[in-house]
Amino acid sequence: MKIKKILGTVISLAIAASMFSACGAKPDSGSNGGAADNGGAPASSSGELIKVGIINNDPNESGYRTANDKDMKDTFTEANGYKASFAYSLKNDEQIAAAQKFVQDEVDYLLISAAGTAGWDSVLQDAKAAGIRVILFDRTIDADSSLYEASIMSDMAKEGQTAVDWLISQNLTEYNIVHIQGVMGGAPQIGRTGALDAQVAANDNWNFVTQQTGEWNAENAQQIVQSVIDSGKSFNVIYAENDDMAKGAVAALDKANISHGVGKDVIIMGFDCNKWALEELLKGNWNYDGQCNPFQASIIHGIIQDFENGKAPAEKIIIMEEQGFDATKITQDDINKYGI
Amino acid sequence: MKTLEKPVQQKPQKQQKPAGNNGGSFIKRLVRNQIFIPVAALLILVIFNFVADPSFFAITLSQNSAGDPVLSGNLINILDNASELVILAIGMTLVTSASGGQDISVGAAIALSGSVVLRVLCGTESRPETLQAPIIVAFLVCCLVAMIFGAFNGALVAYFKIQPMVATLILFTAGRSIAAWINNNELPIISDASFGYFGNFIPGIPVPTPIFIAVLCMIVIALVLRFTKLGLFTQSVGINSESSRLNGINPEFIKFITYVILGLCVAIAGFIKVSRFSTINYSVVAKDIEMDAILAVALGGNALSGGKFNMAASVLGAYVIQFLTTTLFKFNVISSALPAYKAVVVIILVVLSAPIVRDKLAALRKKFSAPKTAVKEANP
Repeated sequence: MKIKKILGTVISLAIAASMFSACGAKPDSGSNGGAADNGGAPASSSGELIKVGIINNDPNESGYRTANDKDMKDTFTEANGYKASFAYSLKNDEQIAAAQKFVQDEVDYLLISAAGTAGWDSVLQDAKAAGIRVILFDRTIDADSSLYEASIMSDMAKEGQTAVDWLISQNLTEYNIVHIQGVMGGAPQIGRTGALDAQVAANDNWNFVTQQTGEWNAENAQQIVQSVIDSGKSFNVIYAENDDMAKGAVAALDKANISHGVGKDVIIMGFDCNKWALEELLKGNWNYDGQCNPFQASIIHGIIQDFENGKAPAEKIIIMEEQGFDATKITQDDINKYGI
Repeated sequence: MKTLEKPVQQKPQKQQKPAGNNGGSFIKRLVRNQIFIPVAALLILVIFNFVADPSFFAITLSQNSAGDPVLSGNLINILDNASELVILAIGMTLVTSASGGQDISVGAAIALSGSVVLRVLCGTESRPETLQAPIIVAFLVCCLVAMIFGAFNGALVAYFKIQPMVATLILFTAGRSIAAWINNNELPIISDASFGYFGNFIPGIPVPTPIFIAVLCMIVIALVLRFTKLGLFTQSVGINSESSRLNGINPEFIKFITYVILGLCVAIAGFIKVSRFSTINYSVVAKDIEMDAILAVALGGNALSGGKFNMAASVLGAYVIQFLTTTLFKFNVISSALPAYKAVVVIILVVLSAPIVRDKLAALRKKFSAPKTAVKEANP
């Protein structure tokens, strides 16, 4: 019994110690690594390194986020003259705490992809007082625009509109659409739904066969499409708000032996431009994939270089260029370049 | 469904006989029976669908795009899609019974075990042309890993006496990140068609494979409960762990082993999940399934504080949840209102399955039936 108690105490102490050391190590590790690298390759950078603190969402969240994080890491390197520290969280308060820490560390630039829109004012004011320039990417926040220098966004509504315009250009006599939505209330869902809603409301030959949320989940999408097929309704368009759900929908079609893709019975539309999804386009199994561009790092890099040379960016809000891919026009080069 | 109801009706009769002998009408016995709530819920859903649209129950045999025969229809979809939940409900029932708490990490653990399967099958590439290892090896490794994580949870709960929900919170938080890390943050895709058989159809067999796997799991657990003391021991530990210790049971070990069994269930469910699409999405695969699994246990009328359990009722509870989901899909409920509909139905079911409410209901029925029997007795 005694041994057990002692063992328990020792283990819990060890765990506590490791937690403290982990907490302590986290902020340091970036700069330590940076310093070591700096000693190793001083020739690559001219003059002093620019310190950037990057606050992002968890890279495991989605393929988009993984690509976004990788792009950031590839751009803000020693070779490009940066000393970057990263903080990840899907929670707003943890992100704000990380921002405060970066302000204390006196970074030169603070790059934020906010998990939530509220609560950022005070930390951004601190940053401003400390002379730190704030650049938002991917997500917007509810704060006075004087608190940040630039904001690089995807226009989700435009993504939806591009997709709907493409669908209009297909000139079908009748559009019977199975619309599979993302998790309700998020910016991608609202943007991608909005344009289609408007088009269906305005035209008599555009109808929703069903409009339900698949919660970004392939399996839910499969079940939704299966239930549509089982109830015997006919449809000729599947508008899924991400690639996973389009994949789920296609699985249901395959099971019911309904042909899909270029020149077939059902048009398949997806979003996000995952590599595997673009390959489906190339094979002609799907018809359209809308891009949600995660590659903001080079634009941010340009803005920072402008600031360093004493220039302010021409526009505060920069909308990412995004396109939609048509299965009949896509090439392998597109897949390599735009696939995430 | 037939395979299900048979064991279902045998067990409660056995359990309820003493109660029945103590007096009380047939109806009271029926209402008080634990299996009553999930069966009633299922019946209500069936009747509702039958009245609204009888074609809901149509089952057709057709061919899929590969030319193989497949059965399709809502009932098949329900049985198919509920498979993972049923398998989880089995493990969750045992865990609930023994430890008086729930494992909330099963969703993350499914992502983890699914990730292990893909990692073993893919080797070092993320998109291999051929499988890098036999599927059975991948499955066994995934079982092992999931059981180790189950053992981790079990050790925290049994030996360190941490609240189950808190203990499993660790894996709940970290599981999906570990899953992504296992595959270097890549999304592996398996192109070999044979891997998809386990989550879809085996060519030539028109019934979805997950149904077979779920039925197999049910048979195994029925045999285990019938021929070993597992059921007795878990229940006695759940009811009073101190007195079961005095009777020679090792309560820590029993609690521990239920979490390991749940780990095995997680591995099987995770294997089916990744097989369905031959790939994985770490953040959404099996999302919120832990809540559905706990709900299945609750719908089965099992006390979430541990103790006695009825496995068949839990399994039936899982099918009720999937039946409800499919019904809501079928009736084209507005997306933003979907959770609200589900919540209302769940509230009704859970309240009805609460022992207090059932006792009240039984008493009420008795009141109504009492005058009738009195009249009958008076007549002759």
